[in-house]
Amino acid sequence: MEKFTKVTGVAAPMPLINIDTDMIIPKLFLKTIKRSGLGKNLFDEMRFDGAGNEIADFVLNKPAYRNAQIIVAGDNFGCGSSREHAPWALLDFGIRVVISTSFADIFYSNCFKNGILPIILPQEDVGKLMDDAERGANAVISIDLESQTIIGPDGGEISFEVDAFKKHCLINGLDDIGLTMQKSDKIAAFEAKNTARMPWI
Amino acid sequence: MTATTLYDKIWNAHLVSIDKDGTSLLYIDRHLVHEVTSPQAFEGLRKANRPVRAPEKTIAVPDHNVPTTLDRLNGVENEESRIQLDALEKNALDFGVHYYPVDDIRQGIVHIVGPEQGWTLPGMTVVCGDSHTATHGAFGSLAHGIGTSEVEHVLATQTLIQAKSKNMRVEITGKLQPGVTAKDITMHVIGQTGTAGGTGHVIEYCGEAIRDLSMEGRMTVCNMAIEGGARAGLIAPDQKTFDYVMGRPHAPKGAAWEAALAYWKTLFTDEDAVFDKVLTIRAEDIEPSVTWGTSPEDVLPITGTVPYASDFKGGKVEAAQRALDYMGLKPGMKLTDIKIDTVFIGSCTNGRIEDFREVAKVVKGKKIKEGMRAMVVPGSGLVRAQAEEEGIAQILQDAGFEWRLAGCSMCLAMNPDQLEPGERCAATSNRNFEGRQGRGGRTHLVSPAMAAAAALTGHLTDIRDL
Ligand code: SF4
Repeated sequence: MEKFTKVTGVAAPMPLINIDTDMIIPKLFLKTIKRSGLGKNLFDEMRFDGAGNEIADFVLNKPAYRNAQIIVAGDNFGCGSSREHAPWALLDFGIRVVISTSFADIFYSNCFKNGILPIILPQEDVGKLMDDAERGANAVISIDLESQTIIGPDGGEISFEVDAFKKHCLINGLDDIGLTMQKSDKIAAFEAKNTARMPWI
Repeated sequence: MTATTLYDKIWNAHLVSIDKDGTSLLYIDRHLVHEVTSPQAFEGLRKANRPVRAPEKTIAVPDHNVPTTLDRLNGVENEESRIQLDALEKNALDFGVHYYPVDDIRQGIVHIVGPEQGWTLPGMTVVCGDSHTATHGAFGSLAHGIGTSEVEHVLATQTLIQAKSKNMRVEITGKLQPGVTAKDITMHVIGQTGTAGGTGHVIEYCGEAIRDLSMEGRMTVCNMAIEGGARAGLIAPDQKTFDYVMGRPHAPKGAAWEAALAYWKTLFTDEDAVFDKVLTIRAEDIEPSVTWGTSPEDVLPITGTVPYASDFKGGKVEAAQRALDYMGLKPGMKLTDIKIDTVFIGSCTNGRIEDFREVAKVVKGKKIKEGMRAMVVPGSGLVRAQAEEEGIAQILQDAGFEWRLAGCSMCLAMNPDQLEPGERCAATSNRNFEGRQGRGGRTHLVSPAMAAAAALTGHLTDIRDL
């Protein structure tokens, strides 16, 4: 997994609430057996018309936001299915940070496993960053995971919370499986105890 | 000892370790796998040269991509689908996990096959790379969806890194009115809480109306816990649960059954346990429900009218306007005036035998509206066989329904069963997102009985008026 320390980039505003995983990556593109290459179909049905032409007023099609690395989104981003194709598509497109007032649980945890930082902020802060993002390519936002701060285009600072373990893994690019494997004696002990207690499992 | 909830009990019984910051390693009893969210996970294992830690606890079933027409055994036409299905088969065989191939009568939607085969038992932890894993909570097991990285993690370690969720209780008191079903309960709850109302919580459903439901109905309720944003839904096991489980192929037998039963009877929330959030709904207040928009929270009683965007607040105003435009609806019109051209009955929400019995009751001796495309897709090959044996399949076919083979089908339209742009479907599935059933397709979520009624009349219909 790619390490995450600091991201400085353009933020795309997506004020719509309840942006679901079917919007982020329609099921048509789930038929892959790979993790990569999904970026070109990110937000496919919002980004392209039926004939495959770009829809000009979709935010990521506007010149200012084509290289956005950050999305500032409406409430409850990432609801719907558990498909990890959603963060894979975001990452493949180049998005490293999503900021919203709330995220769906599974999507939220999937982000961390793919080097994307989802940031939860109060409505007021999200509203402010949304206004910043509306200003286009000049409005560069900076996110520093180490110090847990966001610096807006005008130098204003907003701090955010993040789970310490998730932060540690993200900063060091650590993969969970390797970490858990170090506990395999504990898992074996649990299995032994549990098989004795509940042999039917 | 402090009073604990059912969720707390199952959680505590599966804790392998807990770190200083509260991050926990949870042991997983059952891991269900389907073809869409698993190939990258198996690929990861191969790359790292890791085996599946507990193949005997891992069950693989193809469901999302499989065609449901009778000719499917001649091969899957869509190349990408075929690649995914072949990958699942290869992975299942290479790693030695239980596998139900497409031509096995036990094949079906993973969340229907699990309970049917007795893989799902009370008190277990169950995961699957699929959000509707919540279904299995009907047995009093802690069941939730996970992403593909987590699928790989569970395959490799049989554990999951988790932070504990909060406890939420949804109580449905009293008795349901005639014509109101489990589907209406679960939709009504989402209408009340919104799609984010359960976020960060595990919901325990309780109360008389929940107790009165069959296991099938309870699965329908828990299935949509995820649409309410919850991590999982739970219902404490009782005699109905034990009766359902007994004798299933992978349920314990003999002395093991007795031991299991004794344990299962301890699986309930202590009387004075504290919930972080509580919602109480009177069963009498629930009406046959339908969604008008493109979010499962856009729920109204069938007696209602299409809302105005200005009825809402905040970000929902824009979302509602977008939904009205997408759905092609005029505010103020009666929901029962909405014309339907397609009816889909099936999915892990409503693809079980009881659902089809309901439908058969409504359509017996009648014909569906001329020009209507209506299909019934069983949740498993065994459900299909049972419906044929009970004569239900014949009733449905006589009425004009297509009678399909088992799979996810038009619930998410990854296989050839799809809506065309502008087509409008009454569906018994669980999601009405834009494009969910095919690009530009419009979905109204309803109960099986209401779907059957719409198939007969050609418009959304109050089942109580038939
Ligand atoms: S039936 Fe629908 S909701 Fe259920 S597992 Fe299949 S696609 Fe998902």
